[in-house]
Amino acid sequence: MNAEQAVAPEQPRRFSVRLREARNLGLVGVLAVLVLIGALTEPGQFLTTGTVVLVLTQASVIGVITVGMTFVIIGGGIDLSVGAVVALATVWATTRSTQQFGIGGIVFTAVAVGVGCGLVSGLLIAYGRLVAFIGTLAMLASARGLAIQLSQGRTQTVTSSNQGLVDLGYQDSYVLGIPPLVLIFAAVAIVGWLVLNRTTFGRRTYAIGGNLEAARLAGINVKLHTCLLYVLSGLCCGIASVMLIILTSSGTSGNGNLYELDAIAAVIIGGTLLSGGRGTLVGSVLGVLVFTVISVLFTLNNLPTAVQQLAKGVIIVLAVLVQRRASLYSSERTTR
Amino acid sequence: MNTDIRRRAFLTGATLAGVGALAACTSNEEPPPAAATAPQGAQDAPGKRVTVGFAGPQADHGWLNAITVNARAEAQRHPDVELVVAEGSNDAATQSAQIDALINRKVDVLVVLPADGKQLTPAGRKAMDAGIPVINLDRIFDSPQAYRTWVGGDNYRMGVNAGNYIGRQLNGQGTVLELAGIDTLELTRQRTQGFDDALANYPGIRKVGRAAAEFTVPTGQARMAELLQAHPQFNAIWNHDDDQGVGALQAVRQAGRSDFLMVGGAGSKAAMEAIKSDNSVLKATVLYPPTMAASAVRLARLLGQSKGVSDLAEQEIPASVTTFSAVVTKENVDKYLPVSFE
Repeated sequence: MNAEQAVAPEQPRRFSVRLREARNLGLVGVLAVLVLIGALTEPGQFLTTGTVVLVLTQASVIGVITVGMTFVIIGGGIDLSVGAVVALATVWATTRSTQQFGIGGIVFTAVAVGVGCGLVSGLLIAYGRLVAFIGTLAMLASARGLAIQLSQGRTQTVTSSNQGLVDLGYQDSYVLGIPPLVLIFAAVAIVGWLVLNRTTFGRRTYAIGGNLEAARLAGINVKLHTCLLYVLSGLCCGIASVMLIILTSSGTSGNGNLYELDAIAAVIIGGTLLSGGRGTLVGSVLGVLVFTVISVLFTLNNLPTAVQQLAKGVIIVLAVLVQRRASLYSSERTTR
Repeated sequence: MNTDIRRRAFLTGATLAGVGALAACTSNEEPPPAAATAPQGAQDAPGKRVTVGFAGPQADHGWLNAITVNARAEAQRHPDVELVVAEGSNDAATQSAQIDALINRKVDVLVVLPADGKQLTPAGRKAMDAGIPVINLDRIFDSPQAYRTWVGGDNYRMGVNAGNYIGRQLNGQGTVLELAGIDTLELTRQRTQGFDDALANYPGIRKVGRAAAEFTVPTGQARMAELLQAHPQFNAIWNHDDDQGVGALQAVRQAGRSDFLMVGGAGSKAAMEAIKSDNSVLKATVLYPPTMAASAVRLARLLGQSKGVSDLAEQEIPASVTTFSAVVTKENVDKYLPVSFE
């Protein structure tokens, strides 16, 4: 306990906490502007509960992945393999032999494949001394390759005996008007927030990302903790894979395409430093919501995808510029 | 301490059992043995032995996988054909090297579905210069000198047939949407152009929305869900690709909608089964038939044996064959189900 407290940068914390909140406020502002644009351009369709449900549902899968990614990036690493792991987990969980074991078999396989991939990446990076970028890049390539190999390029749909899983995506399964997928997303985000902000594990994550050597000297088992971060990211991928199967009723090797970039972008505009040590989960969740609202907004206004990608790019650059200004401001304040 | 060891042993055992169980879950049933294609004419009688080299891209999409399956199945039907298949690759340089290897092997005829038509034109040219006739499958080479015969699909006509089918079904009145594939691809532009041109025949029909997915199931689900939210009322939608259509159909079910008609594209097994059972909004799909690979192998065999196509008056095999993008509906789905792909 004491060890972590010693590592945590106590003095500038007051400022960084305030700044974190300020950054999240900025994102809330961006969201508000986007909602305003939606309300002005398509008032009839945008300001409806249908849109809220749509945005939250579409954000749920990538949102769960982003929770895991936030931990990894705050811990000073990066996980490029999330999209490929989702592809592999959905494919493995929807092969005909897995589906014979029923819904339990599908869920177990998806989660186990996610955790397994995370464990392999974690071991390679923490104990094999591979750079995170390289280790997870290798996982990206091999998981995607294995997914293509297993599925042979086919789209594997959920069989009628396991239809109960897919039914979770239908309106009959909504709990008080909320889709189960959104509830899963909320649960993962809340548990993630508690772990990051209220437990030793969370404090150690910040400590390792902030200063690896100091964390090690303070007695933290840095290797084990780093490994666990990738397992956690893999677990999130596994959960997200189950959600994607519910959403699409299928598993294919094309699933999760470029999810790694979407997740990293959401984490970054959420105010987490790519170099680690600083960041918030609330920011990441807001980041995911911003990107999802943009996507919905563009389809609603019938604008081409190219313009949408451009808008995403502009928002990423703006967010990072604002962050840099904020950190300059913070260092000015602390030196005075 | 003792309990710790026991716990570790248990965990290790459980992990191993889990890994074992997972490994058992990788298998899929074998694909159907032979794709059912149209019977061949008088030239079916066995002749001179022909070695056909086949180079295609990586089968990471249902349609591309069906291409290889069709080529292999067709070769098996002919005792006088030996098919040499190169490992699929999406990398132009790798595929070029594979074509070189097939040339060095002195195959009689080469069937190539290039990863990129432009980049692999020199490879096709090289084979032609070495005296090996090349059958260019679908993605066309830049120069006619790089191939003997081109066999491929017709993206423009896919759009035309989909548009005309929708126009007739709606009796020329109503609003339609379009769920396109990857917008940066030429084939997407051709499909959309054909669709728009056909809709122009029906002045009472208006296209009110269009979104571009990425040929994957999740993007199909996402864009379709957004389109449904944006358009509480419309009469028909054309989806360019049945693979992304799996996700699009899920989005329709999730939104609880059934007030419109949907037409697919390409001709996957899932789509045809949905059309046959007639219990969803999907009422038709426009073919982009992977049997073109089987046709290519047939033509390769005839080229190798210096024969013509028996039902044509020509002495020689035509320089280009374009497949027809037939509209598959409940009425004729049984005819096309055997050539659908997973």
